[in-house]
Amino acid sequence: MRVNSGPSRRLSQKAAFALLLFSTIAVVAVTLYIILRIAIDGAGTISWGFLTQPPTQAGKAGGIFPAIVGTFYLMLGTLILALPIGVLAGIYLSEYAPKNWLTRVINLAIINLAGVPSIVYGLFGLGVFVLMLNFGMSLLAASLTLACQALAMTITTSREALLAVPREYREGSLAIGATKWQTIRHIILPQARSGIITGAVLAMSRAAGESAPILVVGAAFLVPGLPQSPFDRFMALPYHLYTVAAQVPGMPADTKWGVALVLLAVVLSFNVLATIVRLRARRRRV
Amino acid sequence: MKVDSLLSNNKIVEHNKAKLTTERVSLYYGSFQALRDITLNIPERAITAIIGPSGCGKSSFLRIFDRMNDLITGARVEGSVQLDGIDIYDRCIDVVELRKRVGMVFQKPNPFPMSVFENVAFGPRRHGRNNRGELEEIVEKSLRQAALWDEVKDKLDQSAFDLSGGQQQRLCIARVLAVEPQIILMDEPCSALDPIATLKIEDLMRNLAVNYTIVIVTHNMQQAARVSDMAAFLMMEEDRAGILVEYGLTAELFTNPKDKRTEDYITGRFG
Repeated sequence: MRVNSGPSRRLSQKAAFALLLFSTIAVVAVTLYIILRIAIDGAGTISWGFLTQPPTQAGKAGGIFPAIVGTFYLMLGTLILALPIGVLAGIYLSEYAPKNWLTRVINLAIINLAGVPSIVYGLFGLGVFVLMLNFGMSLLAASLTLACQALAMTITTSREALLAVPREYREGSLAIGATKWQTIRHIILPQARSGIITGAVLAMSRAAGESAPILVVGAAFLVPGLPQSPFDRFMALPYHLYTVAAQVPGMPADTKWGVALVLLAVVLSFNVLATIVRLRARRRRV
Repeated sequence: MKVDSLLSNNKIVEHNKAKLTTERVSLYYGSFQALRDITLNIPERAITAIIGPSGCGKSSFLRIFDRMNDLITGARVEGSVQLDGIDIYDRCIDVVELRKRVGMVFQKPNPFPMSVFENVAFGPRRHGRNNRGELEEIVEKSLRQAALWDEVKDKLDQSAFDLSGGQQQRLCIARVLAVEPQIILMDEPCSALDPIATLKIEDLMRNLAVNYTIVIVTHNMQQAARVSDMAAFLMMEEDRAGILVEYGLTAELFTNPKDKRTEDYITGRFG
């Protein structure tokens, strides 16, 4: 056995370290640049009026209030529709489904569902919710479409959070005569709660950032007033950003950055919320 | 059914009838046979130890009695397992009811992530007891029975994880006692504990054996000799299936083993 590693081995060790460090810095630098650029260029546009007033002159003036409200409605709708089904399906798949090839195929299919391009969900929503079920181009159709997309994520995260609950807890509960459902309800679900919530919040923030699917099922560039019912059309931040950035000639650059900054803030704040939920749960467990 | 009338370690089990009976029990995990043709009677209100080398199926055998093997996909039991003469693998048996009567303590202390009180109250609550006063009574009684009350009576609302390993294991025993079982299965309950905590659990087991039927799996032969009234020695055959080599009063098995393999094992020649 050699006590000292040779010079060539030490060199390759250093080279590997440098490569890993460089890759990390590159990723962080690009992300930071994007955030800083948007923050600096967009900050000037942000004002109380910009956040609370409807747009005028095709979005060149006025604010983006209806788009902010529309995005929150969409997130809420997605959450209400996707979370219960996602959790229930996750419980079935982790606790009840027989461990056979069919279950494996279903799990694989759900994971792949997350990789389906979002515009495909949009077309699905257009065909099923807008036309077949006759919901029209509406907040409801868009929420349902985004919920379908979010389901893949909420099912997968719920299932994984449930499976991560140690076997010892399940056995301890079953061994004193608790039923399977009592064990799920009183031991497994409380333990998996933070993982489930984290997944749901992340799925919501993703729904908030989607523009392609809602484009074909009900998002509008300009709507007079806020949606009054689930069957109304609506504005949403990502679609608004797309139109102000690419569709309206003579749009002031600062307005584009301003919209981008608001959208980024909404999405990031939800990601931060998910992190807080996870950290608090971890602290509680110790 | 009568169990051999002889004096054991520190208890006479001659009048004790068989609480658990197995007849030619075999256990399979899929196509793998884990246990073969095990026949024995476990006397009531006594401690029966199951000893044997690692991997011989001791824990699998123990889990036959509360049907915990049901949780493993592909596990299958052949032969007959009886509790008070009733076949527990019969179709009409409610596994939840069975597990109320046959409690289990695990190798690693596994308190639930909740308070000491809620850990003990968990079983009674699930079985429909929600009256606070009644629960307090059950919790105190169970903790006293588990020789833990004096140590935790001031921290019932604290997390069970704040207790030491030995206290956690006694909490798990209290949790089982709160359901008022008739039989307590213990799967190497002291293997994660220090010697002093181990002695406390052994004392506790001797006290509990006055009222309960206890079956303990242990790889520690001194422990088996110290606490048990009856001892069963299991071993693997060439195809890795566990068989019962010898079963009898602990005093007999340890001082005068009938089978050469038992003698080799208890004198430390293998295992």
